[in-house]
Amino acid sequence: MRLVFERRAAPSRLMAWLSPVIAVGVTLVLMLALFALAGRDPLASLQAFMLTPLESTWGIGEWLLKSAPLILIAVGLAVGFRAGVWNIGAEGQLIVGIIFGGALALKFSASGSPLLLPAIILAGAAGGAFWAAIPALLRTRFNANEILVSLMLNYVAQLWLTYLVFGPWRDPAGFNAPQSEPLGQAALFPVVLEGSRLNASVFLALAALVLGWVFLNRSYAGFQLRVIGLAEGAARYAGFSVNRAVWISLLASGAAAGLAGVGEMSGPIGQIFPTMSPGYGFAAIIVAFLGRLSAVGIAFAGLLMGLLFLSGDAAQLEFGWPASITALFQGLMLFLVVAADVFITYRIRLLPRLPRSAP
Amino acid sequence: MIDQLLSILVATLVAGTPLVYAALGELVVERSGVLNLGVEGMMLTGAIVAFAVVAATGNVWLGTGAAMLAGMALSLVFAVLAISLQANQVAIGLALAIFGTGLSAFLGQAYVGTALVAEPSALGGLVAGLPLVGPSLARLHPLVYLSWLLFAGVWYLCRRTRAGLVLQAVGEAPAAAFAIGYPVIAIRYAATLFGGAMAGVAGAYVSVVYAALWTEGITAGRGWIGLALVVFATWRPERVMLGAYLFGGVSMLQLFAQGQGVAVPTELMTALPYLATILVLVLISRDSTLIRLNVPASLGKPFRAET
Repeated sequence: MRLVFERRAAPSRLMAWLSPVIAVGVTLVLMLALFALAGRDPLASLQAFMLTPLESTWGIGEWLLKSAPLILIAVGLAVGFRAGVWNIGAEGQLIVGIIFGGALALKFSASGSPLLLPAIILAGAAGGAFWAAIPALLRTRFNANEILVSLMLNYVAQLWLTYLVFGPWRDPAGFNAPQSEPLGQAALFPVVLEGSRLNASVFLALAALVLGWVFLNRSYAGFQLRVIGLAEGAARYAGFSVNRAVWISLLASGAAAGLAGVGEMSGPIGQIFPTMSPGYGFAAIIVAFLGRLSAVGIAFAGLLMGLLFLSGDAAQLEFGWPASITALFQGLMLFLVVAADVFITYRIRLLPRLPRSAP
Repeated sequence: MIDQLLSILVATLVAGTPLVYAALGELVVERSGVLNLGVEGMMLTGAIVAFAVVAATGNVWLGTGAAMLAGMALSLVFAVLAISLQANQVAIGLALAIFGTGLSAFLGQAYVGTALVAEPSALGGLVAGLPLVGPSLARLHPLVYLSWLLFAGVWYLCRRTRAGLVLQAVGEAPAAAFAIGYPVIAIRYAATLFGGAMAGVAGAYVSVVYAALWTEGITAGRGWIGLALVVFATWRPERVMLGAYLFGGVSMLQLFAQGQGVAVPTELMTALPYLATILVLVLISRDSTLIRLNVPASLGKPFRAET
């Protein structure tokens, strides 16, 4: 017998649905194995980390708080990924969103104006879009690779925020700790679920899902992006502008990441620290892939990834495991889903051995 | 004056060396037509493996060897998915970068803040006696000298050997190379594993020789800068060296600026290598003909033998 790896006559729709499920399943099995290795009862640990938090209103609020920025950023990224525009600078765009929104929040917090929060939201989106416009400009004007440029800008954005929080934005009453003063009530999203920290920023993610669905599935521009991603030659021949696709992709994903940033700042954190995101910008890449670059898929994938973050936090408290355990399983999940995706277009068959032939 | 110049030179060599390893390794990978974006992940994993081995045994060479194996193990996963299963190379590379970052942080948990004791370099004694430059050169770690050997090897491979031509053929026109009997898949595997091993060494150098201290994310984007260097070098080994030392020099600017008492925020100085990476990418990429003529024609495209 021999194994043959061959292209399917048509992509398998079944596998397209099954591959994220397989990836998540294998990840769960590996998690159980790790719990067992650490000398814990695997099923009990899984229940303690993934299910128990969801039994309380507080826990559900935390879960949605973690899922919302992931979904928000992933919807933005999916726009570009469909067109083959790889923005991996969402983490930096999130931070610059915080810098723009934070500048407003710190200056006008005391004013108590009802216009402050909307202004912060706009500033956050503008900040993220501005940071993403840099790779867009450099790609369209100078052909510079957007993967590398957007990634480099993550480091620059982090250093920018570090500079601000250690310098001009440091709270004089904060005992010299690197943190801003707490934001005033006018700069914060109102809590929407009594008994939890869940706030109105979750509606930004919902709006992004709806907008994303319409854009990706029902708009001509969304269709153009898809064609560009699938067959650039054909797209050019049809007169679709690749440069325009780069701009749309990066501005949309940058603005989404910036919104996620202010959602964190004016949401659960309510202050500005040197580290504002536990890697949402990178995890959202995985959410986008796991969700098949579709709005509905991303909603599920984001909720799942939010749960993974939540259980990572629990494992930190319970086992003293490092926060990086979450990143480890995220990377694993991306590996698995991309690997499982192979079987959408290919299949493995067992065939009888060929007779030896002359070379 | 000469002393100062020499110490700048030495600092540049020391800071540029991990980029030399990472970028020369990736250069060979990309010349075979494979784009592995996971260099940062492989470097970080190599860095923690080397650190753990050196912390336990005190032997830098054992640590470097272990880092090479770790880098190769990760690149093997990449190769199976990207070369054999023909998965999207960009996505797999990103997955590798994220996974390696998480893995190194997880494994390194116990070592945060641990410092290694530097051992005197055996080579130091040999060159210390040279006039003028001796004392400076003696401070260089043998891995710096070995990186020059690596450069010579890669240069010779690419420019003077049949194997180098075959590598290029596999990267430019895999179907043609396959048709005349070259094992395209095997060659791509070999190149990818070589890249993994070199990324491992680069990581080992950063954690064991350069920092001698473990912190999370210790490579600080050097793997990504290495990827950019390959583009900057238009896939030529001699330009990789130029680029690596240019960046070594830029990242050393911080120390010299502080020494001179220049009042620039340290964050801005730390950001310089990343900004410089963007700048050189722009300068080299704006000439799209130059890139088109030099990029391996099948870079990032999976190959499947039609039988």
